Amino acid sequence: MNYNWNWGIFFEQSPEGTGSYADMLLSGLVWTIVTALCAWVIAFAVGSVIGVLRTLPSRAAQAIGNAYVELFRNIPLLVQMFLWYFVLPEMLPESWGTWLKQLPNAPFYTAVVCLGFFTASRVAEQVRAGIQALPRGQRMAGTALGLTTAQTYRYVLLPNAYRIILPPLTSEFLNNLKNTSVALTIGLLELTARARAMQEFSFQVFEAFTAATIIYIVINLLVVAVAGLIERRVAVPGR
Amino acid sequence: MFSNFDFSVILNSWRYLFFDGMAFTLTLTALAAVGGVVLGTLIAMMRLSSVPVLPQIAKVYVNFMRSLPLVLVIFWFYFLVPYIGQWIIGAERPIQVGAFSSSLITFTLFEAAYFSEIMRAGIQSIPKGQGAAASALGLTYWQSMGSVILPQAFRNMLPVLLTQTIVLFQDTSLVYVLSITDFLGAASKIAQRDGRLVEMYLFAAVVYFAVCFIASLLVRRLQRRVAIIR
Amino acid sequence: MTSSAMPPVSPVPEPQAAAAAAPATGPVGTLLTERPPVAATSGPMIAIDGVSKWYGDFQVLTNCTTSVTKGEVVVVCGPSGSGKSTLIKCVNALEPFQKGQITVDGTQIANKKTNLPKLRSRVGMVFQHFELFPHLSITDNLSLAQRKVLGRSKDEAQAKGLALLERVGLKAHAHKFPGQLSGGQQQRVAIARALAMNPIVMLFDEPTSALDPEMVGEVLDVMVELAREGMTMMVVTHEMGFARKVANRVIFMDKGEIVEDAQKEEFFGSPRSERAQTFLSRILQH
Repeated sequence: MNYNWNWGIFFEQSPEGTGSYADMLLSGLVWTIVTALCAWVIAFAVGSVIGVLRTLPSRAAQAIGNAYVELFRNIPLLVQMFLWYFVLPEMLPESWGTWLKQLPNAPFYTAVVCLGFFTASRVAEQVRAGIQALPRGQRMAGTALGLTTAQTYRYVLLPNAYRIILPPLTSEFLNNLKNTSVALTIGLLELTARARAMQEFSFQVFEAFTAATIIYIVINLLVVAVAGLIERRVAVPGR
Repeated sequence: MFSNFDFSVILNSWRYLFFDGMAFTLTLTALAAVGGVVLGTLIAMMRLSSVPVLPQIAKVYVNFMRSLPLVLVIFWFYFLVPYIGQWIIGAERPIQVGAFSSSLITFTLFEAAYFSEIMRAGIQSIPKGQGAAASALGLTYWQSMGSVILPQAFRNMLPVLLTQTIVLFQDTSLVYVLSITDFLGAASKIAQRDGRLVEMYLFAAVVYFAVCFIASLLVRRLQRRVAIIR
Repeated sequence: MTSSAMPPVSPVPEPQAAAAAAPATGPVGTLLTERPPVAATSGPMIAIDGVSKWYGDFQVLTNCTTSVTKGEVVVVCGPSGSGKSTLIKCVNALEPFQKGQITVDGTQIANKKTNLPKLRSRVGMVFQHFELFPHLSITDNLSLAQRKVLGRSKDEAQAKGLALLERVGLKAHAHKFPGQLSGGQQQRVAIARALAMNPIVMLFDEPTSALDPEMVGEVLDVMVELAREGMTMMVVTHEMGFARKVANRVIFMDKGEIVEDAQKEEFFGSPRSERAQTFLSRILQH
C-alpha cells in the first residue's frame, strides 16, 4: 500500500487555528456526548409516556401511542433531521421561523430534538414490551389495593419494567450515541464530522478514521460497563 | 400554511426521483440484504462453531461493526476500498471504485453483523435434537446445516430478517454523505436546484413512510402466517 | 415382596387394544425389506469398554463396559439421571467421552480417522422427541439422508420410504408434515426413517417416554416386530413389558455405572443388586 502513514499528525496544528488535530477530535467527542445525553433525556421521558400509552386499556391512548411509533420508525433518521432543520422553520409563523433560523448552535438544538423524538419511539417499544412482560396479576394486585392507574404504573409496573428492559435500553442508548453522527449533515461538529474534516485538511484519511473508531469503541465499552453497574445496583434481591 | 408551496416541482421531477433515485435505493437494499444475510449466516455459524478461535473472530467482527456509527463506516470504506482493491489485484495505484460498489460493499459488511445476530438466534432456536438426528442419520455438518438447521432457522427468523431489511432500506439514505443519487440524494439535488427544500423533503418523507409502513404491515401479516409447523 | 415374582402388568397392550388404538398398524409384512448387511467382523456389534465421561467436574459415566452381539436385543434401564441416555448417545458419538473405547462393527468411534457420518449412517437411532424435521414432508424426512448420505436417486429413496411407511401403517400420511401427525405416528415415522438407511444396528433412546399413554402400544408393536425379525437393538426404556417380551439381556444403570448386566430371565427373576431390586419393585408397582 503506497499510503504515507503519519501518526504524528494528531499533534500538528489544525488549519482552524484552535489547536492540534487531537484537540479537534476531542471537541468533536464532547459534542457527540453532550448531544447524545440531551437527546436521551427527551427520548427517555417521551418514550416512557408513549410506551405507557400503548399499554393502557383506552383504545384512544393506544392509537396515539401506536401512531407515534409508526410515524417515527418509518421515516429514515436523516430525512427526519432535514425535516426539523430545513422544513420546520418554514412551516411555523414567520417570526418564529426567523427566530429558529437565527439561533446560535441551531444544528445542536435540532439534533437534540430530532434524535430525542426519534429515539423515543424505540424507547417506547421497549417500555411497552417491558410492561407487557410483567405478570398480569401485578396490575390487578395494584388495582385491588386501591391504587389508581397512575399510581399502579408509578409504583408497581414501571419500576419492574425498567429493570427488565435495562439491557435493551443500553443498546438503544448506544444507538442514540452512534446516531449523533447523522447530524453532521446539518452541520453539527461531532466526532465523525471532525474526523472527516481532519481527513480533508490533512489527507491523513486512515489516521483520522482510526482515531474516531477507537474513540467510539472505548465509549461503547464504557457505556456497557456503566450499564452493568447500574444493573447490579438496581437488581432486586432474590431474583 | 401550504399556500405558498409549489408542488409542481414534484410533478416535474418524479421520473428522476424514482427511476434514478429510488431505483438506486432499491437495488442497493436488495443486493446488500442478500449479501448481508449470506455473510451474516456464515458469521453466525462461525460464532456457534466448536472450532477454536472461529467464535472469537466472529464475535470481535460483530461487536466491532456494532460499535461504530454507520456514517463513519461509510466514510471508512469509501476511502479504504480503493486501497484494498489495489492490494488484492496488485495495482500501481489505488483503484477506482464506483459509488455503487463502494456502498454495496459497505452495507453488505455492515449489515452482516446485524443479520448474523438474527441468524444466530434462529439457529439457537432449533432444538438440539434436530442436529443430533441429522448427525445420527449420517449427514455431515454442512449437509445438516444446509438441509435441516438453516432452512428452519431462516423460516423462523424470516419476519425479523425482513424487518431488518426495512431498517437497511432506511439506512441506505445515509449514502447522501457521499453525494450519491439515491432517492434522498435525488430529492436533495432537485431541492437545492429549484430552491424547494420544504416540498422535496416533505415528499421524500411521505414516500419513505409509505414504503416502510406498508412493508412492515406485510411483515406483520407474514409473521402470523409462518408460525412454524411443529 | 421379594425378588419381584409378581407378574407385572404388561405395558405392551394386548393385540386387540393396539389394533383399536391404531387400526392402520395391524400385523405387517416384514419391516426389514432386506436382511441387515452382514457385519464386517465376527466380534460383537457394539463393544463398550471402560467408558467414562465428565461434564466439567461432574462424572456422568463411570467405567461402563458391556457389549451387544449381532441379533441381540439389549434393554438399558435405570432411574432418570443414571446416564443411560448419555451412554447410548456415546455409541454413535453424538456425545463425546473422555475415557475408554467404543467400537461399532469393529470401528473405533473415538478414532479421529473414523468417518463418523459414514458410520452413523449404518447405525439407526430413534430419539425420545422423535426429531422429525418439521419443515420437510414425511416423504422428504424419509428421503433426505438416503439421498444425501447414501446417494440414492430420488425415486429409489421415495420408493424405499413408502415401502417402510406402509410397514409401519402410515402410507396414507406420506404427503403430510410431522406437525400434522400424532406423537405415536411421528415416532413410527422416525423408526422408518432410521430403517431406510439399512442400519446394521438400531439404537432407541427412550422412544416412548414422550408419548401419551394410549400411543405407547403402537410404537412398541413396531419395535417388537423389528426385534423378532432379528434386528440388533440397544433400547433405553422403562417399558419392562417390552423387555420381558423381546429382550435377550437387560442392563441396569444407576449414577453413571452399569450395576447389573444380566440375561432377561435372571434380571427379572433374581436381580443381584439391591438398587436394581428397589428400582424394579418401584417401576412394576404401577
